[in-house]
Amino acid sequence: MAKQQAAVVGTGQTHHAAKRLDVSMAGLCREAVDRAMADAGVDWPDIDAVVVGKAPDLFEGVMMPELFLADALGANGKPLLRVHTAGSVGGTTANVAASLVQAGVHRRVLAVAFEKQSESNAMWALSVPIPFTMPVHAGAGGYFAPHVRSYIRRAGAPEHIGAMVAVKDRRNGARNPHAHLRQPDITLESVRASKMLWDPIRYDETCPSSDGACAIVLSDEPTSGAAAWIHATALRTEPTTFAGRDQVNPQAGRDAAAALWKQAGITNPLAQVDVAEIYVPFSWFEPMWLENLGFTDEGQGWKLTEAGETEIGGRLPVNPSGGVLSSNPIGASGMLRFAEAARQVMGRAGDHQVDGARTALGHAYGGGSQFFAMWVVGSERAGVR
Amino acid sequence: MTKPLSAPLEVGFDYTRSLGPTLSRFMTALRQRRVTGVRGSDGRVHVPPAEYDPVTAEPLTEVVDVASTGVVRSWSWAAEPLEGQPLDRPFAWALVLLDGADTALLHAVDAGSPDRMRTGMRVRVRWADDRVGAITDIACFEPSDEPALEPLDDDGDPVTMITSPVRLHYRHTASAEESSFLRGLAEGRLLGQRCPACGKVYLPPRPACPTDGVPTAEEVELPDHGTVTTFCIVNVPFLGQRITPPYVAAYVLLDGADIAFLHLVLGCAADEVRMGMRVEAVWKPREEWGPTLQNIDHFRPTGEPDAPYDTYSQHL
Ligand SMILES: [Zn+2]
Repeated sequence: MAKQQAAVVGTGQTHHAAKRLDVSMAGLCREAVDRAMADAGVDWPDIDAVVVGKAPDLFEGVMMPELFLADALGANGKPLLRVHTAGSVGGTTANVAASLVQAGVHRRVLAVAFEKQSESNAMWALSVPIPFTMPVHAGAGGYFAPHVRSYIRRAGAPEHIGAMVAVKDRRNGARNPHAHLRQPDITLESVRASKMLWDPIRYDETCPSSDGACAIVLSDEPTSGAAAWIHATALRTEPTTFAGRDQVNPQAGRDAAAALWKQAGITNPLAQVDVAEIYVPFSWFEPMWLENLGFTDEGQGWKLTEAGETEIGGRLPVNPSGGVLSSNPIGASGMLRFAEAARQVMGRAGDHQVDGARTALGHAYGGGSQFFAMWVVGSERAGVR
Repeated sequence: MTKPLSAPLEVGFDYTRSLGPTLSRFMTALRQRRVTGVRGSDGRVHVPPAEYDPVTAEPLTEVVDVASTGVVRSWSWAAEPLEGQPLDRPFAWALVLLDGADTALLHAVDAGSPDRMRTGMRVRVRWADDRVGAITDIACFEPSDEPALEPLDDDGDPVTMITSPVRLHYRHTASAEESSFLRGLAEGRLLGQRCPACGKVYLPPRPACPTDGVPTAEEVELPDHGTVTTFCIVNVPFLGQRITPPYVAAYVLLDGADIAFLHLVLGCAADEVRMGMRVEAVWKPREEWGPTLQNIDHFRPTGEPDAPYDTYSQHL
């Protein structure tokens, strides 16, 4: 399939915090957008179209961000699209923006994703009592905890793996000046001593609730010193429930990964990918997604984590930015993974740069592990190895 | 077919909104009975102020005072006011161009009758008695050629946040198949349906098998006992929670079903609940039954040996 090559030429993100009371939603988005445009060395006339994504509407009570943010996103007189795939939306937004360049529709596209969790209550929004049902739902943690338990049982994983991921990601977050949580002194013992929220998920194994935004400038040609060339993108979806659904290792994720690696010409992901930014809102999802993505065989993901291979300096550094466990503005979290992957291959990841990163994965999932979005970016144009 | 069941679903939350620098000045001024706008790159004065210029997208910072009087540019009569609207009697929605502004503000005009409304008419702000720094500080507009009340300086803190209550009133309607299931529950029965293509038994039944896309019709009555496939222990309290933590939220796979559903497990210590544990329903007293899964108060251990992992591993 011949298509226009596309690259990330600039990324920007806010300082993420529990409450960014100093800015409106528009101001929050602009903090990220202004940084992305400066990083790319472009100005408003250079942008042909804008794509915006945010978390589900009940999360912040904003139904049509494309209406009230058009001024702030410089979209007046330009195409403005809104993307909506629950927690994976940031990743999906980046993929949609990439497709507009790859299809030759636009030369330069601005992609933006945001969330102001402080203006709402995500636990409440995810637990609306639907008539006739049992009101046992308890937010995202309550949804995912039983499936984490299933993973532990199925893989025979030792209990401390979840805590190991938390320690790694929070320490990585301490290297990232934008991170919400920066905990250089966190230890396995302190994580395991933290409160059990949704057994088997502990407080320290849970993402924070953050305000933040992320923006990416995509282009058909480099506009500044560096570019992250898009080698592959993939999106897949599956229903929340059906008889025999694999909730631990969902088929949509496996299918998306298989399509992604094929498109990127990657036959051995563990050997050929230098760094991965994977959507891990609860620590156990690191080994679960390592398997789902095909980095290891089923049931083996936790061994990569246990061996320290997912730390910076390991065979596959996972979430050197600190990941979702260090910052979680839900609507933006997926795009942050995609942007951090790009920063790595652009050599612009600062103190959490992985040496020699040339090929990187950005990954997001959303809903009840229903929506999967991913891309592979490289320091060279696709097809040049 | 009998009518599907439906019930009210009320969703309400008081969202907050950080205003940012531009709207903060607008809201703070309203508290002082002043209306302000912001000057755009083309010289126009935007009321309410735009945080970013509609033409250049640059941040706008030049605040301009405008009058509390102006002209109706267009209007529409609201004969039946709704909850949350500025007035509880019939009124006009109007685009009001305040004197000194270049863009119109949408607000209510308390005209009493549509006969008193016309495009081009003069109106003035009717200020609310208790002002908090919100658009509702303008109670409404009223027809008048006279000036509005004078500004009233205060030494309060700048307004940096507003509360934006949202109240949604839905009527939630179950599908025909779920309604049959719910009516069965009202009689203490658990009625699933089998897919004619894959043979899987769904409880609650769906209008169509999610895998095969074909309608399911064959009714299957299931027993009120089964196996816990997996679970979590909820220790965290949150807004709107209906059950006091800690509690065990478990996927229960009824014997003969091919899909588990989420319910509550009691009757043993939370840390004694296990994957594979055999459980049975504890029904509420019959006089409390209705068309809801809540007729089953909870599931409790039966004391049987645990189900072997292989018998439920494909349901995880
Ligand atoms: Zn079927």
